[in-house]
Amino acid sequence: MATPDPTVVERVERAAEPAPTPEPAPASTFQVKNLSVWYGDKRAIDDVTLDVASDAVTAIIGPSGCGKSTFLRCLNRMHELVPKTRVEGTVFLQGEDLYSSDVDPAIVRRRVGMVFQKSNPFPTMSIGENVVIGLRLNGVRSQKFLNERLEKSLRMAALWDEVKDDLHKAGTSLSGGQQQRLCIARALAVEPEVLLMDEPCSALDPIATAKIEELIYELKAHYTIVTVTHNMQQAGRISDYTAFFYLGRLIEFGPTTKIFTNPNERQTEDYITGRFG
Amino acid sequence: MHSKRADNHTWRTIKSGLASTVAFISALLVIAPLGLVFFHLLVNGASSVNWDFFTKLPTPVGTPGGGMVNAIVGSLELLAFASIIGIPIGVLGGVYLGEYGSARVNSVLRFIADVLNGVPSITWGVVVYGLVVLRFKGFSAYAGGLALGLIMIPLITRTTEEVVLLVPNGYREAALALGVSRWKTIVHIVIKTASRGIITGILLALARVGGETAPLLFTAFGNRFWNHSLSQPIAALPLQIFTYAISPYDDWHRQAWAGALVLVTGIFCVNVLVRILTRGRTASIV
Repeated sequence: MATPDPTVVERVERAAEPAPTPEPAPASTFQVKNLSVWYGDKRAIDDVTLDVASDAVTAIIGPSGCGKSTFLRCLNRMHELVPKTRVEGTVFLQGEDLYSSDVDPAIVRRRVGMVFQKSNPFPTMSIGENVVIGLRLNGVRSQKFLNERLEKSLRMAALWDEVKDDLHKAGTSLSGGQQQRLCIARALAVEPEVLLMDEPCSALDPIATAKIEELIYELKAHYTIVTVTHNMQQAGRISDYTAFFYLGRLIEFGPTTKIFTNPNERQTEDYITGRFG
Repeated sequence: MHSKRADNHTWRTIKSGLASTVAFISALLVIAPLGLVFFHLLVNGASSVNWDFFTKLPTPVGTPGGGMVNAIVGSLELLAFASIIGIPIGVLGGVYLGEYGSARVNSVLRFIADVLNGVPSITWGVVVYGLVVLRFKGFSAYAGGLALGLIMIPLITRTTEEVVLLVPNGYREAALALGVSRWKTIVHIVIKTASRGIITGILLALARVGGETAPLLFTAFGNRFWNHSLSQPIAALPLQIFTYAISPYDDWHRQAWAGALVLVTGIFCVNVLVRILTRGRTASIV
């Protein structure tokens, strides 16, 4: 428990140095090939192949039960928490096979952060503790480093100005929208490469939703974001690429403008125009 | 039509009044024994509860005065020893039931824990008598503490499991999604979130075994003097009360009343503490 995790330390050191000249970003962060997922005998995802573009927002839309959330959870292996899940196919993150037998799911999840539908700040912790808990439990001890990362993460989540004087207050004392941004800050604090969002605004009012959407727009400069949404207008507003899922299959995937104005598939058009779903 | 409705209304009022009266009387009958117990203990015991009672050893028959300090300290020692055995095993067992284990194994374990909770406490005394007292050829504080600790295990296991299951899955997922390992998630998030409930369960188990007499009869045995070694017989408040209450001497009877009053007050205080701990449940869920 006292020994810091090597990957965190490595990243801590990397963060302390001045950033090297960035290499040209690879075109895609995730390469998903022939992914199928079963829950017991039920096939939730059926042979999905798609590439997730780097530093862009990819929205996943589709009616309830179409496999959107399952697909999202396959990208950081969170679906493994459900018993009797089986996965076929491959998911590459920056060229590395996430499902290779020597890959630790905890390391995958450190690289691929996640924000949930229902905001879930830890009820026993203050705002500040909530943000740095990921680092702390992964072995970071330096208080100076934690404080720096605390401020940086809260600023990135556009929450710093609202909470900087109340860092010791309970995380659950914030409003719903603030709690969700606190959860985003908590996910950002471990410096993931990707941020997955599972309907992050579905429990929020329109003003809080607008703030999160604005935040997503700003974050995509640094992060690859994959978001599941029920709200098609939202997908249209925030995403660069849209994937339409139906009954576990990927029906259509492409630039959002194309999907929303001139989809190739009849089903996509029917869903987007509100004929079903 | 109108008058019929009025009749109905009267009849319903009577029925409602009857029902609340019966419920009220039942409630009184539930509370009455507690009030009676306290009343009798106060009337018979209060006069003997004094400074000597908490500071002096029992006196021989016929000599006035004396107290039960050895029994009070003995009970605390036994509870401490029982806690060393009961709390870690009980809490870890409850965490296992709540967090790990397959559904089938868990239902078997849960059933066993429930059966153990229903086992008469004297049985535990007999078991420890066979396992420890006979083998080591003597009654001892160890044996008494072990008997009480064994009673605590299934109690704490079940309460811990229940509060661990009350922790919403969203918190586990949030921690795991930060790349935190499973066991760190359980220790730092799940147990921490459920800590108040777990402590409540521990206190209730302590209150329960603190008043047990039967399992100590064949194990701790009782002692009229200070216990100088944990491998020797040790006094305990309930045992001392038992010994004094069945004796033929009036001053011993008074001491027994006083001991019972102290014991009941102690257990009452623990229960009040539990109420205070569980009052602010809204902030954290358990």
